[in-house]
Amino acid sequence: MARFVIRRLLQSAVVLLGVTLVVFLLLQLVPGDPVRVALGTRFDPQTYEALRARAGLDQPLVVQYFDYLRRALTGDLGVSFRSGRPVTAIVLERLPATLSLAVTAVVFAMAIAFPLGIVSAIRSGSLVDHAARVFSQFGVSVPDFWMGIMGILLFSGVLGWLPPSGYVALTEDPGRWASHVALPAATVGLVTASILTRFIRSSMLEVLSEDYVRTAEAKGLRTRVVVLRHVLRNALIPVVTVVAVQLASLLGGVIVIEVLFAWPGIGRLTYDAVAARDYPVLQGAVLLVAALFLLVNLLVDILYARLDPRITVK
Amino acid sequence: MSERTVNREGQLRRALVALRRDPLALTGSLVLAVLVVVGVGGSWLAPSGINEVNVDQMLQPPSWAHPFGTDELGRDVLSRVMVAARVSLQVGLVSVGIALVVGVTLGLFAGYYRGWLDNVLMRCMDVLFAFPVLLLAVAIVAVLGPGLVTAMVAIGVVYTPIFARVTRAGVLSVREQVFVRAAVSVGASDLRIMRRHVLPNIAAPLIVQTSLSLAFAILSEAALSFLGLGVQPPDPAWGRMLFDGRGFVTDAWWLGFFPGAAIFLTVLAFNLVGDALRDVLDPRQLTVSEARRSTA
Repeated sequence: MARFVIRRLLQSAVVLLGVTLVVFLLLQLVPGDPVRVALGTRFDPQTYEALRARAGLDQPLVVQYFDYLRRALTGDLGVSFRSGRPVTAIVLERLPATLSLAVTAVVFAMAIAFPLGIVSAIRSGSLVDHAARVFSQFGVSVPDFWMGIMGILLFSGVLGWLPPSGYVALTEDPGRWASHVALPAATVGLVTASILTRFIRSSMLEVLSEDYVRTAEAKGLRTRVVVLRHVLRNALIPVVTVVAVQLASLLGGVIVIEVLFAWPGIGRLTYDAVAARDYPVLQGAVLLVAALFLLVNLLVDILYARLDPRITVK
Repeated sequence: MSERTVNREGQLRRALVALRRDPLALTGSLVLAVLVVVGVGGSWLAPSGINEVNVDQMLQPPSWAHPFGTDELGRDVLSRVMVAARVSLQVGLVSVGIALVVGVTLGLFAGYYRGWLDNVLMRCMDVLFAFPVLLLAVAIVAVLGPGLVTAMVAIGVVYTPIFARVTRAGVLSVREQVFVRAAVSVGASDLRIMRRHVLPNIAAPLIVQTSLSLAFAILSEAALSFLGLGVQPPDPAWGRMLFDGRGFVTDAWWLGFFPGAAIFLTVLAFNLVGDALRDVLDPRQLTVSEARRSTA
């Protein structure tokens, strides 16, 4: 197990190094001078020179990369071309909003997917099973932002139950936070639920066909006991991975939903940075999300190996 | 006729039979056929000009004259939805084409040669995998500048690793087969072996992956256009139409409904066809009970 963890840690470190290189190169791909492009009509020679020097753009490329890497390791991701504030502070300020949306969406998704996936597998071929399969197909095909727009139309426009957009921090007013997070979380959560349902169903079906399940049934155990004691315990191990991967991808993949619902998270920050051509902020947001994504994947692999020791042997 | 040709024809026939027999896949295929016709002939088939501004007809609800209503400039939404089909198809095909060519090439070399080349290429793919798909696409478009071409390149880049991985996995098993060793022993060059013996034998999972990736690529393009990073106005794109219509969503539901429904139907059609192809061409992906049912 220790060897497995060390190997995964080293692999993640190598990939993270590659991620920093890609993020660093993003700035080099900007046609022309990125600082001049970012300043646009606000150009003045003093600010221009200061920002170029602060971003290290007057150095050779290799020096720039190692300098970027060194600073990134100490938590310094440069300063915003727009506001002059440290990028790390700007990105971290937005993290709670994204986290609260992603976690709520995943909880919502699990509340739908677990019962639906389990029942549809146990009653394979039944009406519930067909409904679950239609739901899964619907979820993986529907654009979440379209569902969000339709949600705004129904729950804000027609019924007037929920605000169409905006954000209130959870710590500030939990009730108003809940009313604001409901629509975006349900929108993202439904798509996630459809993916999870499909996975839980197929994982359950696979375990249901195992010999030990047949043996348990042959012993005369009640279906409930067989499902709870023998099937669920094994079928849900791989589901842990999928839930975590979904959570990780929501941390960086809800740009469109955050823009649609004016949710001030990392996605919205990325969008604003793109619009303002604030490249250091864009780099910082992308780097943080990719690092979080890697970290979650690493933790999941270790957890998975703990739950199923065959993984470390492989 | 060689064994390989028979095998390939067999796979193709099985795929076509499966598409014909499965009602969902057949429906998906018909939707795609209609989409191709609309995509190719949208400009001629559209009842009005896509940029024909008519201030007297602003925000008109669906009617016989305008079945999908009109937008805030009085333009016919149906015509714009029809013409935008071309954009979605174009982006889907080109970006998946890029991912397919680059990903398959990298996967072939990595799996065939293994060793350091495999390690380097696959670690590069791991790096690309570390980014959420849309975030990386947004970042690439942001630095290269918004537009149709950059959107296609960005989507192509983010879907390359999945093709590389699928290809490599296939190559690793095929390269150990007797017929590959036989080809090596008669002195066939590596490129010839990869092209004539390895690639045809890993075509099935690649066809399935292509079909499913087309669905995701169209969704990604719609998302990029929604963010204003895809097709630029006044050219219509489904995602952009949704973005423009969101401000009027409570007063003019049709502006948000029809472009979104077009994206949904297109993606659903690709997914249905992809699922049916997977069931036939890549049975390893079947769940146990599905496999049992299909052989019953």
